[in-house]
Amino acid sequence: MGGAGQRVLITGIAGQLAGQLAARLEADDRVASIVGFDVREPSAELRRTEFVRADLRDPLVARTIASTAADTVVHLSLTAAPSSAGGRSRMKELNVIGTMQLLAAAQKSDRLRKLVVKSTTAVYGSSYADPALFREDVTPRAAPRSGYSKDAVEVEGYARAFGRRRRDVTLTILRFANFVGPTVDTPLTRYLSLPVVPTVLGHDPRLQLCHETDAVEVLYRATVGEHPGIYNVAGPGMVYLSQALRLAGRPAVPVPAPLASGLAGLLKRSGRVDFSGDQLQFLSFGRVGDIDRMRRAFGYEPRFSTRAALADFLSSRRIAPLFDRETAGRWERELYEAWTSSSLSSRTAQGPRPAATRVP
Amino acid sequence: MNGHGAEVIDLDDARRRGGAATAGRPRCGAPTPDGRTCRNYAGASGACRVHELEPGESPDGGSPAAAGDAGAFRAAPLGDVDAAVAAALAFLRRRLTGDYDVDVYGFDRELTEQVVLPLARPLYRSYWRVRAVGLDHVPSEGGALLVANHAGTLPFDAVMTKVALHDDHPAHRHLRELAADLALRVPGIGPLARKTGSTLAHEEDARRLLAAGELVGVWPEGFKGIGKPYRDRYKLQRFGRGGFVEVALRSQVPIIPVAIIGAEEIYPMVANATFLARLLGLPYFPVTWQFPLLGPLGLLPLPSKWVIDFGQPIDTTSYGPEAADDPMLVFELTDRVRDTIQQMLYRNLMGRRSIFFS
Repeated sequence: MGGAGQRVLITGIAGQLAGQLAARLEADDRVASIVGFDVREPSAELRRTEFVRADLRDPLVARTIASTAADTVVHLSLTAAPSSAGGRSRMKELNVIGTMQLLAAAQKSDRLRKLVVKSTTAVYGSSYADPALFREDVTPRAAPRSGYSKDAVEVEGYARAFGRRRRDVTLTILRFANFVGPTVDTPLTRYLSLPVVPTVLGHDPRLQLCHETDAVEVLYRATVGEHPGIYNVAGPGMVYLSQALRLAGRPAVPVPAPLASGLAGLLKRSGRVDFSGDQLQFLSFGRVGDIDRMRRAFGYEPRFSTRAALADFLSSRRIAPLFDRETAGRWERELYEAWTSSSLSSRTAQGPRPAATRVP
Repeated sequence: MNGHGAEVIDLDDARRRGGAATAGRPRCGAPTPDGRTCRNYAGASGACRVHELEPGESPDGGSPAAAGDAGAFRAAPLGDVDAAVAAALAFLRRRLTGDYDVDVYGFDRELTEQVVLPLARPLYRSYWRVRAVGLDHVPSEGGALLVANHAGTLPFDAVMTKVALHDDHPAHRHLRELAADLALRVPGIGPLARKTGSTLAHEEDARRLLAAGELVGVWPEGFKGIGKPYRDRYKLQRFGRGGFVEVALRSQVPIIPVAIIGAEEIYPMVANATFLARLLGLPYFPVTWQFPLLGPLGLLPLPSKWVIDFGQPIDTTSYGPEAADDPMLVFELTDRVRDTIQQMLYRNLMGRRSIFFS
């Protein structure tokens, strides 16, 4: 790198992941400087990181890339929630046009050696006609046509075009599964926090989750290491939505598919959950990415499996289940005792016998 | 390419096979709750799958349920009712709190073993009285691709093959079925199919499962087979595009031809209401002798007598994985598998006296 260590520029520094990544890079001596862009103040406490309040569409971006002599750009400002961006059209503007501007500025910089782009497994869409696991190089049957996933597809397209024009730059695209964790706030975490959760009747999507700790670790490794290519990043395994809701102790309310989009609109207006049309498809069929390539290239085994990530999210958010494990265990014991004292039990019929299969 | 249509079917061979399968194997002989002796075939322990778990004597009290659910509460070391109740309560607790594991394809082993298979078992044992032949051709471990004929309007043939391999195969293997995308789309059915071990009939899923040493089942006739009219029963339709042969070659696993007798008579389909099918977005809309004439009662399948014949495995290792790129060889192997199943069907049909009795 440029002599005195790596000079990193992070977009969307106000985000939770970006904040944690910056903190992680600050602790690394090999990183000489960190500059963060955002329109909002970063929420994380950062010491070394210089914060530049700028929209990616601002000409200031190009000047900062040049003046800081950044050799690494980590593009994390892709936003999934229209409400936080201030409407869908503005969200698209920030995601897609912002990326175009950033890449245009980056292309001019001779010092640039590495570009890391945060994307999402949502680029695979969600369909009943796709294999169970998405590999990075498949062409999905139902490419997303709207919303955040469409933005991600376009952002990836621009990033790849940039990679073709600047072959000297290491391009890493990380497709993350839905984030969960103690601090991240996404449409899915809000959805799982609803007191009563509407689901699509007759469907049970397969969900794959990525714990924020693993996400930050992979981002960090991509930033300081050399990992050209596209990688799915997620916890191993999957959970069904029905299972996730049982783990959360939340009652599900199945809604017939034709009514579901209307309900999604209502929830959106109430400001509780920001679910758009493309996510209804996701709530019908779900999606799971194949993480083998990430495992091999990064030599990293995620610390949290999908189920462990969900459990950690639930416990850290103190989502109080309506029907928790202790209650269930107590009911089980009480029912069993009621049974053994009843006349039907073989124990009362033949005298006491040691209970062989006691469950804790 | 194929001159096998003229091949002579050896009737004696069919009888010998049928005879050998029944004569050679010892019966269980344990007393059943209704006072008779059990006529199920005995396994390695000298008792059948229903009785081998019970300590000598038959269960007491409300035993019919316990005996019928022998597979359901296999974990219980005591064959008594208390253990079954404890196991059932533990099962309910795990289901209510989400404390169970599901693989990435969506296979929910616990749900399959404790709910779906016990529900299918009465159909397998009592209603269609399925006889599974040649299970020793199915390996006890490692991957293999089972290829079978498809019929019956609803995929009961797949469910019964699953029960046969789980209940009657000594290794109690789970069959992972490859399902059509349209089946996975249907509300209610799609998730259930995934939870019981099915996944999309796609080369990638199939190869991944086979590489993991799973038993994969495929019905290459697809909708052409399952929605075929009654007059075409036991006439194999086109076997897709031979994708299953490519998969088996690439994965270097044996292909096991399977002939299912009886499934093609459960819903004798006389017509296909194409208009209704198009209206409902289904691949076919069956009009059978019973349905829709008898209304919901017409949904009851006919109690034909079934035989599931697992044939001699076809080795793929002699061709090597590169053979998958040789379309001619793939076509030939596809035809060979198809003809083998067709011959097995004819042989078994010749050996049977009626649709409803063996």
